[in-house]
Amino acid sequence: MKTSDVILQTMTKVISFIIVLFALHLFFAGHYHPGGGFVGGLITSGAIVLLLLAYDIKTVAKIFPFDYKILIGLGLLFAVGTGVGSLFFGVPFLTHAFGHFHLPLLGETSLHTAVLFDTGVYLVVVGVTMTIIQTIGESE
Amino acid sequence: MSNLLILPILVPLVTAVILIFFSKNILIGRWVSVISSIVTIISSLVLVNQIHMDGIQTLDIGSWPAPFGITLVSDMLSALLVTTTSIISFCCILFSFRSIGKERERFYYYAIVQFLMVGVNGAFTTGDIFNLFVFFEVMLMASYVLLVIGGNKIQLRESIKYILVNVTSSTLFVITVAYLYSVVGTLNMADISVKINQMGQTGIITVIAILFLIVFGLKGAIFPLYFWLPGSYYAPPAPVMALFGALLTKVGVYSILRTYSLFFYHDTGYTHQILWILSLITIVIGVIGAIAYWDLKKIIIYNIITAIGIILYGISQMTKDSINGSVFYLIHDMLIKAALFLLIGIIISITGTSKLRNFSGLINQYPFLGWMFFIATLSLAGIPPLSGFLGKLLIAKGGFLEKDFVGALIVLLSSLFVLYSLMKVFINGFWGTFKGERNQTAPVKFLLVPTTVLIVLAIFYGVGSEWISTYISQASEVLINPSIYIDAVLKE
Repeated sequence: MKTSDVILQTMTKVISFIIVLFALHLFFAGHYHPGGGFVGGLITSGAIVLLLLAYDIKTVAKIFPFDYKILIGLGLLFAVGTGVGSLFFGVPFLTHAFGHFHLPLLGETSLHTAVLFDTGVYLVVVGVTMTIIQTIGESE
Repeated sequence: MSNLLILPILVPLVTAVILIFFSKNILIGRWVSVISSIVTIISSLVLVNQIHMDGIQTLDIGSWPAPFGITLVSDMLSALLVTTTSIISFCCILFSFRSIGKERERFYYYAIVQFLMVGVNGAFTTGDIFNLFVFFEVMLMASYVLLVIGGNKIQLRESIKYILVNVTSSTLFVITVAYLYSVVGTLNMADISVKINQMGQTGIITVIAILFLIVFGLKGAIFPLYFWLPGSYYAPPAPVMALFGALLTKVGVYSILRTYSLFFYHDTGYTHQILWILSLITIVIGVIGAIAYWDLKKIIIYNIITAIGIILYGISQMTKDSINGSVFYLIHDMLIKAALFLLIGIIISITGTSKLRNFSGLINQYPFLGWMFFIATLSLAGIPPLSGFLGKLLIAKGGFLEKDFVGALIVLLSSLFVLYSLMKVFINGFWGTFKGERNQTAPVKFLLVPTTVLIVLAIFYGVGSEWISTYISQASEVLINPSIYIDAVLKE
């Protein structure tokens, strides 16, 4: 008998966007409030796992058409690159810089290079989680 | 520039990240990892020179001052160990080209080797006890993958044991650091030393010292915590085995050396007595295993355990001579163990077996290999012009000066048995009549190049010991007199 997942799939379409928004919120709030790259990444991969539950691996691979292992490398590159960047300014490794900038649309914003490091963490966490889940899911 | 001392950690890390992108292209993997290993070797040599000129180098990560941020500290000991590590990794990577097989190479092998280098070099360089734990984990994670990559039945079985043991010891490490943190309230190693000095070595500090001995003893395989090592090191292919045998256990030994000379030197009666007993039993166990087996890999593996016992015996004496000897012996042992594992890797690729009784008469077809093995054997046993001599001489001298005749005699006698165990391999495997299979397609000439590099370095290390001893004594000076280390870090 063929079962229909119409309720699950419709709910997933709505909820996964909310989850991703929540993950992004946590990611950007990390400096002043609880959150950061690690939880942000985990919740983002949680949204993708929900898609995996509602659909199958092939559909999700069509939605996100990239190799998650490359994502790990990219994230590490971000994190290491933030550290290496400080070498060019003649200061110790991983010395961060920050400042207040006036951006169009957003107005007065404080930006910190630690966010770049956190982006690295975020990408690595998403990459690792999805690699683990996909590898286990695909193996027979 | 002050960032020089992070280069031996940073270069392999960046390389590993780059290699993730090119995992399917073996040629790029080989070239990138060889070039980056050469860069690592050069930067570590420059670092050694800089420390020789200007004394201990420190780097406060992120510009946070010493006890509050993570400080990387490179004294002569860690710089020499980092140099040795880089050279050994370079040789093992070269050896892998023709021996590890395309299947493994395509599966992130070179990236993982670079991550192993990050962990080992980081563990040697860090000046923060929790950062040491993190680098231990980087190193161990990489070693788990290297152990299991390929997926043979024996590899899978031994990985389970290896991971189980190391997860347990890592947990114990965290618990021990938690105890230490709750007592002294700091994680910076120099600051811990100062705090322990202020409060005096109370009972709880001695308990923590013993816990550290258990933790690092599990990593470094001392009696009675060595039980996992013979099985686990038996499983992986030769270059991985060489990396493990030369680097992993030595990080445990280095950590014992560091903690016992920097933290727990006030009340040496109890802790160093235990270290003394354990090191001597470790020597005996290693010697018994080395004599008992008729299997090439097992013989070398038990020789690792013997060497660890000898180094720890030197540490337990805590005199200038014995510490000098331990440092000397530590670096010698890393070089020569890597060379020996690569040599038996070549032998196994020729004969297809590691059982000593199944082949003989190799010297007729492979004379160069035979004499290289002979030199490595003599060097390991400590025959005078070669590298093992001076270290063991100083350790034994330290023992005799402390009127510890039992220990010094065991150290000296162990040399005899080590020589016997490897001569057994030489006499039975290389001499005699032609017996067993010969794999003519084995790329012996290519594999001999990195092995010869290591053996030539070991010979140079022995012959040029006069020149090298200025560096070694600079390394042991910090261990004998921890205030040099503390002043360099806390800049008082």
